[in-house]
Amino acid sequence: MRFSKTESNTGRFRAFVVKEFRHILRDRRTVLILFGMPVVQVLLFGFVLSNEIKNAAIAVLDPSKDVESIALTNKLVSSGYFRLEKNLASVEELEPAFRTGRIKMAVVFPANFAQKLQTGEGQLQLLGDASDPNTATTLINYANAIVADFQQEKNGVAPGRPLIRTETRMRYNPEQKAVFNFVPGVMTLILMLVSAMMTSITIAREKELGTMEILLVSPLKPIQIILGKTAPYLALTLLNATVIVLLGLLVFGMPMRGSVLLLAGECMLYMFVALSLGIFISTRAKDQMSAMFMSALGLLMPTMLLSGFIFPRESMPTALQVVGNVIPATWFNPIVKGIMIKGVGLEVLWKQTLILGGMALFFLALSMKNFKDRLE
Amino acid sequence: MKTVISTDRLTKTYGAFKAVDAITFEVHEGEIFGFLGANGAGKTTALKMLTGLILPTSGHASVAGYDVRKKPEEVKRRIGYMSQKFSLYEDLSVRENIRLFGGIYGLKMSEIRAKTAALLEKLQLVEEADKLVGSLPLGWKQKLSFSVALLHEPRIVFLDEPTSGVDPLTRRQFWELIYETAAAGVTLMVTTHYMDEAEYCNRVSIMVDGRIEALDTPRAMKTAFGAEDMDEVFRKLARGS
Amino acid sequence: MSTLSEKIIKIDKLSKAYGAVKAVENISLSVDQGEIFGIIGPDGAGKTTLFRILTTLLLPDTGSATVAGLDVVRDYKKLRQIIGYMPGRFSLYQDLTVEENLEFFASVFGTSVRKNYDLIAPIYVQIEPFKTRRAGALSGGMKQKLALCCALIHKPEVLFLDEPGTGVDPVSRKEFWDMLRNLRAQGLTMLVSTPYMDEAELCNRVALVQKGEVMAIDTPQGITAAFRQPLFAVRSENMYQLIKDLRNFESASDCYAFGEYAHLKLHPNSASREVLENSIHTYLLSKKHSDIEVKPAVPTVEDCFIELMKN
Repeated sequence: MRFSKTESNTGRFRAFVVKEFRHILRDRRTVLILFGMPVVQVLLFGFVLSNEIKNAAIAVLDPSKDVESIALTNKLVSSGYFRLEKNLASVEELEPAFRTGRIKMAVVFPANFAQKLQTGEGQLQLLGDASDPNTATTLINYANAIVADFQQEKNGVAPGRPLIRTETRMRYNPEQKAVFNFVPGVMTLILMLVSAMMTSITIAREKELGTMEILLVSPLKPIQIILGKTAPYLALTLLNATVIVLLGLLVFGMPMRGSVLLLAGECMLYMFVALSLGIFISTRAKDQMSAMFMSALGLLMPTMLLSGFIFPRESMPTALQVVGNVIPATWFNPIVKGIMIKGVGLEVLWKQTLILGGMALFFLALSMKNFKDRLE
Repeated sequence: MKTVISTDRLTKTYGAFKAVDAITFEVHEGEIFGFLGANGAGKTTALKMLTGLILPTSGHASVAGYDVRKKPEEVKRRIGYMSQKFSLYEDLSVRENIRLFGGIYGLKMSEIRAKTAALLEKLQLVEEADKLVGSLPLGWKQKLSFSVALLHEPRIVFLDEPTSGVDPLTRRQFWELIYETAAAGVTLMVTTHYMDEAEYCNRVSIMVDGRIEALDTPRAMKTAFGAEDMDEVFRKLARGS
Repeated sequence: MSTLSEKIIKIDKLSKAYGAVKAVENISLSVDQGEIFGIIGPDGAGKTTLFRILTTLLLPDTGSATVAGLDVVRDYKKLRQIIGYMPGRFSLYQDLTVEENLEFFASVFGTSVRKNYDLIAPIYVQIEPFKTRRAGALSGGMKQKLALCCALIHKPEVLFLDEPGTGVDPVSRKEFWDMLRNLRAQGLTMLVSTPYMDEAELCNRVALVQKGEVMAIDTPQGITAAFRQPLFAVRSENMYQLIKDLRNFESASDCYAFGEYAHLKLHPNSASREVLENSIHTYLLSKKHSDIEVKPAVPTVEDCFIELMKN
């Protein structure tokens, strides 16, 4: 009854994966988390955000009232993102307008805007409502994009010298759509959730039910148990990543400027880190509940709060930035943005990729070392 | 003899499944009544109806003089309950547990204090009074938990597999507590998996598939089935179904 | 009969502690090829810890053990190929069907259900009608049978059954022991733990354990034969009063409830059985008991366990 070694090993592996898929598909909660959550999260973040930045009330202080300033104001308003709430007559009116909370942004033109534009001395002040920094940043970025567009039209096809200098500088995302920031963010979160949290819970469940005892007493090697348990989640996570990217592309009109292949590779790398983290947690957690708490507190919260997904890392205290540095999402987030939005490749992203690779090796070694083939 | 529990065609169905199928029986005051049956025979469901935890689908039950459907709160006030699964808070000390359950049943502080002292003395737990319940041996926990179930002087106590897993000596000490309680006029309804314990009961009922298939004294039951012991009675009944 | 080489399990001065709790304390015993060996004791006696050490899941603090000549610490990987283990809570995948559970465990051991079907067939046919039912929806008795099939599917040389009867009704327990006897007839060695004293009689040999220590090792007959004091089964109308009164009987050494009767153990006594019976009877009459019955009792393993605990 002896099988050849490879035959019996592939048979074991297949049986394990089949069993794992059955667990997943038979538990409604798992199915919901795996398939419902990514879609809901992307759509929710996407739409909530795009609603917020549509028809934002702005005020314009325009002492020039010339062709160019009116044209630019019109361009801003006709973009659909802004709604002209008020024309201001003087600088003094700025503060009350903000204080009453009726406007989210103010555009301040200099005197003789058109003339200055001709000489390349165009200046424009964009004021955001700092009580809501996220929205303010977003709106100002939008406005900047529109202003840039306006300049380009003025210059014609030839890239000319800058005509308008605004107070806020452009960042790498030329279109400045906030949803572009969130799709990669949600991706880091979902992949972490599915890979790390679900893996740790599913291993902890076997401990809780006592089936782990039987698996350990069987001739299975620890690596076989780990691979059997994680492989299905690796496949599902990849599927999830695809769904999220597709939603970004098709529903939110995100670009895909870089290499799809590179993105897939980087996703795999990140999932690898997350899976090793999940295995590591499962070596520490004795039941599903503690596995859930450990992954929620140790992985999901930091991923959400410290990686720059929701709150810009630049505005964090140094200590939190340092903590943020050990979170895989901190490095994965710029990779996704870089590939999809900026269209850059490894020549730019090598550092982040190396760090992720290092993390993968470290956590994998750590969890292999901690995964006991006994009960203690 | 006074009747303290009586049921009339008490039934509980879950969909098409009859967990408890029209059971009718009476339990007398001061009686130790064994409530036996295989897993899934409906014991637990019946107990839950009698203790007011779930509503019957049809039929009636009266416990301590109150209808379990209409006056579950009155029923709960007059019964004690001890189960193997939950009894005491493991992370509270012996004293804290007694105080907590005394408080839950509305005992006065002075009563609780007096009862605590008496109880610790009786169970020889004076030295362990401030230890966490989780650190006590299983047998002590069970005795303590039984005593706590008696704290508010209920007329009826339901014991759900109270002696599971303890050594034979402790099991007997526990049964002596049960005898003593019954001698004081308290009615005890006990479920157990140890068939020899069934013989400690005044009367036993055996449930099979939601129905009470036999109800009598252990002695009469053994005679009726021509069996050596209750184990054999049980096997004959359950296998015959 | 058995020579040293036929000892399939050898345990030598095994100890294991969790902090201050001595789960297994200096246990030595050996199990012969092809016997059903019972580890009898209540919860907390150290049964599960002992089983986990023997199944290579835990490391002993001191002492050593071998199963089929393989050291449980050093040769654990080889050992895992040849032992079967059924943990206390049956440990099945509740969301997989009967069939799927069995197939999964077969493939874990690199075999298939078909290959080893003959061994499990007598057990499996009983649950086969429910093969598409999820394990979680089975009754305790059926779960027990399925767990046994899963533990047998790779034809182990030694089978470890940790409290297979816990949470199972007496009917299923009886059927289960019938199955174990059939397996023994096929040459399988089994180590079974149980808190039910009456199951001791179904084993070839037993070890009575309490608080991590072995109190006695013998055949069930040997255990009960060691009980030498006079033992009587006594009955009367009022059991509670009966026990209290009997304890005050002049030559009583111990008295406790035992089924329908109270077992009265007397101090070693040269008086004849009839004389003793009569004096007990007279004593009870003086205490106003009615419906009195006194007869000599054959000591059971449970009587012996109580006796050993008290020493």
